Parts: sequence; C-alpha cells; structure tokens
Amino acid sequence: MKPTDVSDPEFFHKVVDCQYACPAHTPVPAYIRLIAQQNYTDAYLINWESNVFPGVLGRTCDRPCEPACRRGRVEEEPVAICRLKRVAADFKDDIADRLPKAGKPNGMKVALIGAGPASLTVARDLAPLGYEIHLYDEQPKAGGFMRSQIPSFRLPESVLDEEIGYVLDLGVTQVFDTYVDSMADLLSKGYDAVFVGSGAPKGRDLPKLAGRKEADANIHVGINWLANVAFEHIETIGKKVIVLGGGNTAMDCCRTARRLGADDVKVIVRSPFDDMKASPWEKEDAMHEGIPILDNHVPLEFVVEKGKLTGMHFDKVEPVYHDDGRRELVSTGEDPVFVPCDDVLVAIGQENAFPWIEKSTGIRFTSWGTPIINDDKTFQSTRKEVFFGGDSAFGPANIITAVAHGHQAAVSIDLYCQGKKISDRPAPNVTLISQKMGIHEWSYDSIPITDERKIVPLVELDQALSDRSLEVELGFDPETAFIEAERCLNCDAQTVFTADSCIECDACTDICPTSCINFIQNAPEDDLRQKLAVPADNLEQPLYVSGTLETGKVMVKDEDVCLHCGLCAERCPTAAWDMQMFFYNTTKATPKLVKQR
Amino acid sequence: MSYIKPKFRHPKLPTNALGYTVADYDGSISTLCAGCGHDSISAAIRNACFLSSIQPHRIAKMSGIGCSSKTPTYFLGKSHGFNSVHGRMPSVATGASVANRDLTYIGISGDGDTASIGMGQFIHLIRRNVNMTYIVANNGCYGLTKGQDSATTDLGSISKIGFENPFDGIDLASLALLQGASFVGRSFSGDKDQLVPLIRAAMAHKGFAFIDVVSPCVTFANHAGASKSYSATRENIDPMPLDFVPMREEIRTQYDAGTSQAVTLHDGSVIHLHKASSDYAANDRQAALSEVQTANAEGKILTGLLYLDPDSQNLTHTLQLATRPLNELGKNELCPGSHVLNSINEGLR
Repeated sequence: MKPTDVSDPEFFHKVVDCQYACPAHTPVPAYIRLIAQQNYTDAYLINWESNVFPGVLGRTCDRPCEPACRRGRVEEEPVAICRLKRVAADFKDDIADRLPKAGKPNGMKVALIGAGPASLTVARDLAPLGYEIHLYDEQPKAGGFMRSQIPSFRLPESVLDEEIGYVLDLGVTQVFDTYVDSMADLLSKGYDAVFVGSGAPKGRDLPKLAGRKEADANIHVGINWLANVAFEHIETIGKKVIVLGGGNTAMDCCRTARRLGADDVKVIVRSPFDDMKASPWEKEDAMHEGIPILDNHVPLEFVVEKGKLTGMHFDKVEPVYHDDGRRELVSTGEDPVFVPCDDVLVAIGQENAFPWIEKSTGIRFTSWGTPIINDDKTFQSTRKEVFFGGDSAFGPANIITAVAHGHQAAVSIDLYCQGKKISDRPAPNVTLISQKMGIHEWSYDSIPITDERKIVPLVELDQALSDRSLEVELGFDPETAFIEAERCLNCDAQTVFTADSCIECDACTDICPTSCINFIQNAPEDDLRQKLAVPADNLEQPLYVSGTLETGKVMVKDEDVCLHCGLCAERCPTAAWDMQMFFYNTTKATPKLVKQR
Repeated sequence: MSYIKPKFRHPKLPTNALGYTVADYDGSISTLCAGCGHDSISAAIRNACFLSSIQPHRIAKMSGIGCSSKTPTYFLGKSHGFNSVHGRMPSVATGASVANRDLTYIGISGDGDTASIGMGQFIHLIRRNVNMTYIVANNGCYGLTKGQDSATTDLGSISKIGFENPFDGIDLASLALLQGASFVGRSFSGDKDQLVPLIRAAMAHKGFAFIDVVSPCVTFANHAGASKSYSATRENIDPMPLDFVPMREEIRTQYDAGTSQAVTLHDGSVIHLHKASSDYAANDRQAALSEVQTANAEGKILTGLLYLDPDSQNLTHTLQLATRPLNELGKNELCPGSHVLNSINEGLR
C-alpha cells in the first residue's frame, strides 16, 4: 500500500467515527470532553455552531453518530452521544452575549421558503454576514417539521422556541401565515437568491386499498394527523388504533395515540421487524408503552360494516432475500388476518410536492419529483439563483441532514451572491495539535473507563400517558452525564506516526491493548489486512500505513478498534508516535461564528 | 506515566488450543524505560507461551536482580514467579525444578546478573543441565545504575559518558557452548520473527536451553558508538531464520528441498532452519563454536539456533529423581512402611 497521506484532513476525519457519520459533522468528542469538564456552555456552543438546534437534536436526532461510535465495536454499547448533547443544552448558562449579531447590511436579499431546520440554518449562517433574510412559512410559527411533527412529550415547545429564537433574533424578517403559491411571483420580487426548504409535506396514503373511501372518516395520514394534534385540532381518537408503517413517524403516531386515549394500539408493518426503518430505540420506547409491533403483515383491505370502519384484513408474508440484495415479501398462503380497530393511522412515508413551482421558472425536477440539483454539495437548482435543501432537496430524511444541507446551501448562496464560483468551496477549518504535557502525560483523559452505557431516566408511565405535553425523558443529571462523557474514547486524539523517528523497537506493538499496530512487510491492501496480528476484517475502517522503515518493513495500524489511549506514544522512546488533537470544522458561510473563550 | 492498561482488547483476538487469547498471558504494565528491548522480550515470551498453548499456571518465572529481572512482573501475570537474590536465580531454579519437574521454567537474567555476580551459579546450571529456559536480556550495560559498562560490553564500545571500553566482553553463547549446554540460541529483541520460535523451541527442549538476547538499553546504550544499540545491532546482525512446529500440529508449511533443514526435538516438535541457515550444522558443537567465533571476529552478531542436542540427559534423569513432583507424593510413597524397610534390609544381608 502507499503511505497514508495524513496531510489530507479527510483521513483523520474518518477516524472520528461519530463526527464523520454526522451529516453536519459536529465535533462530537470535543463537546463531550467539555461536558466532562462541566463546561456546558462551550459544549453547547460547539454544537450550536455546527448543528444550530442542540436542545432539539439532543432529544430527537436520528443519531447516525451512535451506530458509528467506536465504543460500540469495543464493547456492547456506544456512547449516549445524543443525550449528552441534551445535557449541554440543559445545563448551559445564558449564552446571549456569546452569539453572533446581525451583520452590517451588505445590500443582498435572500428569500427562504419554509421555516424548517434547513431554512433556519441558512438564515443563521447568512444573517451575520449582513444578508437581509425573508423567511416565509404558511404556519404562524417557525420550526416546520420540528414543530408540527414531533410530539411535545418528546420535544417541549419551550426548547424549540428558545433555539428558533436564537436564529430569528439575528434580524430575520418573518413572513409567516403566508403560503407561497408561485415561485415565478417570488422571483420577480428582486431577491438575490432563493432557498427552498419547504420540506416533504405530503404523507403517502393507500388510496387504492379496498374500503379506503368508505372508511375515510377514521383513516388519517400520519404526519398530517400529528400536525393536527400538535396544533390541537385533534384531541381524541378511538380506543382501538392500528398504525400502518414501520418508520419513526409510525412510532410517534402510536405513542401519541396512546396519549389521546387509545388503549389498544398496534403497529402493523409489511416488513420484518429487523428491516423496519424506525430507529431501534424508538421501537423500544413504543413497546415499553405497551404497543405491540406486528411485522410481516401486508394490508389487504379496510373492513367497513354499516358505513363504519371495524378493522383491517392483512396478508401474512415471509421475506425472501435474493442474491442481488432484493427483498421480496411472499404470502404464506394463510387465511387473511383480521385486526379490529376504530381508527387507522397511515404512516408509510412521505412524498415531495412542488405544485407552486412553475415550469416557466426553469427549475427542473426528476421523475421522482425531487428537484434536479447540480451536485450534492452546492444544492443549486437548474435555475442558478434558486437553491434547495432539507427534505425538499432529496426527499425525506431528518433534522440533522436538513441542517447539513442548510450549511452547504448557505455557502453556495454566499459565493453566488459575491459572484464567485460556487464549486470552489472553502476548505474546512482544521487543526492538529500535540497533546503532550509531560514525558508521559496527555492533556485529555487517555485511559478509557469500563462503565457501561447509562440509561436516561423516564417519568412514571401513568403520568406520561395522562399528559400529552409532559416530556417523557428526564435527561441525565450532571453526575451520570460525567460518567457517560468519560466513556468517550476521544477518537479525535489522533495517533500520528513519524516514520523517520521510528527505531522499530516494537514497544508500541507490545503495549497496544487492542493489537492495532503491526510492523510487517508491505503488500497490497487485501493481503496486508489479512497479515496483521488480528486481521483487519472491518473494511469500512482504514489502515494507517507508514513509509518504508529502516528494516524494509512498514508500520500498519488498523484504525478499527484503536482506544486512543496513547500508550503507543507513551511507550515510544523517540516520540515517533504522538497524540495530536484533531479539530475539524466543516466549511460554513461564517467560519468563526461563536466567540471562543 | 500511565500505570493502567485499558481493560478492552480486540474483540476478535485469536485463541489458542486452550481457548486463551494472548491477553490471558499479559502481566502488569511495564515500568521500564519506553522502548526498552526487555519489554520486547517480555512480549516475545508472552507470545511464545500463547502460541505453544501452555497453561499459565504450569509456568514458573525465575529471576535475579536488575532491569531484566524485574520483567517477569510484566508478562504471564497468572504464572508462578520467584524474584530471587542477585545472581542466585540458578540455585532457586535448580531447587524448584528438582521439587516439581512438571512445570515449565523460564529464567530471566541480565548481563550483570549472569556474567558478573551470577557467573559462578550460571556455569553450574549448565553443567547440571537443569530443565529450563534461561534467557539473558543482554544490553551490555548496567542500565539500572545509570549505564556503567558490564561484563558483556564489547571491546571498543563507547559508553554514554564517552569512555571506550578497554576490555573484551564475555560472549555468553560461546561460554554456554563450551560448557556443554544442550540448547544454545542467540537473538535480538527487535526480531520477534526469530525470537518467538526460538523461545518456543527452548521451552519444548528437555534440558537446559540458553538464549542470549541482544536487548538495547534505550536510555544508556542506544547512542552512536554503543555496540548493542538498535541501529548497530541491526547493522551487524547475521540472522538465521527459523520456524517452530509443535508436535501436535501437522506441518502446514512446505519447504523447498535444500532451502531448509528440520531438527526434531525430543518431544517430537520440529525446528525448521531455513534460507541462510540451511547448511548450518546445529548438531555439531565444535562447528557451532567455530561459526560463532568467526562471526564475532568479523564484528557480526550471528543469531538463531546455534546448537542443539535433542537427546541430552537432564538433571532429573541424572539424579534418578521420582517421576512425579514432590507435591504429588502421598504418605504411602514417602513412608512405604516397615515391610519395604525389611525388604531393603534383606537385600543388604
């Protein structure tokens, strides 16, 4: 293999698994260390700069970081990254004086359509640069999906209002209660750029299923129903409820139904339990509330008697996995299963809809109804001053993805408005600094503790089910948060190897607790992976390969289960190994947004 | 400095025939200088015991005094150990091996502990052919007392304070050969590919197995002019690679004719000497002595299996000791009763 080029920040970025997996690339280990130091405010601000809604995300994030967490490969459970984020939000001091202010007007005007997380991120990134921001939404308040679709027992309104407030306070002009019905009209208003972050608001239905029309009064499209509950248009539901679908929206629907008085709620899903799109913890939370999940059931018809819905028929199926990765659900041939119910919530996905964007604007769409975007990074549409982001760009995803889109779109808009090439993206802000304090001492807690993952305490079930707005999770207290924070392996403390200094004494190989470090003859990557002390079978994790050493061997480190404990560097007589803190801040329109202390 | 080694291990560590991983052969974290050759020897012993699937509680680590003799703390944490008096480990090891002939004995000593204060004892250990593996971690200086020249410091080697050593160093491998050791090897702490199979072969050998391991003192003898530094050793080393195949394993590796020679040990294990060493006569003591001396004269360090007599008679056989360890002998064996005494007396009439 060729020597690893560590001057390319992407190599070390990939080693920080959580940050790399995060769509917004939040510097996770950095803020977790600050939590351990009880510096909640700075922990919050690192988050705020990166993901804009730490308090919201600390409760609701899809947490792609946690399945990626190295700790999950070393022991059973990853670090509770998401709930630590909430700790930073819960215990921070007043941050008003640390936040940026609206910039000196630069004469540019940008319209943002839809006041969800993507648009709010664009507003947050552009307002400090002096852009005049007009934020449009058909609802009376900003928040979009975060406000309408996430029930308040998971996300208290006060948290949402606070974090949206930080953005709106940057001098954003709020054009709420206003449905934008024509892109052509909007474009004629003299905006320098337009950002569409209107989400993917249309919930999918089952219009062709037998009995759909007859039973319409008791069939509700999940996300619309959740929105109606959030805005208090709906306050009751039948005793027996079927929720169709296996995603997180289905989980929110079933738990909300329980709180509106349903005592027999079932989630019924076509796919096998393990294939369901809902996050494992969301499924667990639903089952904890006494909601069974019936998998491998395909809806056949709505059963209507005397004009009223009485239940549904399902066909029991079995999954068959083909060699090409295709999954087929094959009927078992058993009699249809009847499940009685009073109401059905359909939570089987969402569709994009842009009826308000005229063809004449030059904005083109794919056959799936999503806009054609120049490339994944710029978010520019086929009309050069119009940008898309969030669910409206590539279809339904999640809040953190919308935030990531917002950052990138803001960079594009800023470059575009300055007349620069938007494909020339500014480099990320990266630092790599030695953590050596003494001969064998590092400026971070290098030796990992063995404590198991802490569980977030919940309010009593009776209490939770009787009050729809009562937040179920209590959050970690500072003591628990400290231990959970100390579980972090500090993967951003990088093991940096200098081949020229190495005398090949083997001290690092001998001490490494997880047998990562090898000195062997070089070979092509596939060979090399098999020749290591423990074969490097996790192909998603890179090998760190040095140049040729004096004996003709090379150093090969499998990054897979490195504990970042620093023992290799401590046992190195020549400091060929060094622990260096890697800070990676993705490209943003406003690079230094928060005042550093 | 960290005195804690994290508890986590690679989740896919291979296991040996006993179901143990190499981590089960770990000891406490080392307190020696970072980069000390002795730590590599510790790791090589750990790896050798793991690969040979020896039960940790069937091993006894014996040592004297010095940096080398501290190391048994840093490997095989679940084995027996005796940290004895300076240069007196051979007496303790002899006693232990007589009392319990079933354990695997590993003696760890240094150039001071063996070639100076312990020389008198060392020679007799060889003479008696005690069944043990005796490893000298040879750094050619007194590292524990700030790097003074030792008895194995090579002639002309420059100490850290700048003095050239005016004396010829003792070559322990030649000495062991001359005194009749039944297994003599030499290696380098920085060459585990050779050291690990050598230690495995030594442990399988039924008799006294001596391994002189050049083990650089990273603090006091790793500078330019020091003859046992990492770079000087690498420059002058003349390694004879080898493999060790224990008796119970089928031989998986095929060697081309003429590139390798096999030496079978008493227990049926096989040592494969290959490449440069294929025409080396490891069963000829005189030839071995001559090869080692010639290499020494050329300033080369000949490493590998230097000499082996697989059928030598060790101390327990020479003394016709009981075939079982003393701790397994019960009252009936130790005090067989008056009828046995009577029969002995009858035999003398």
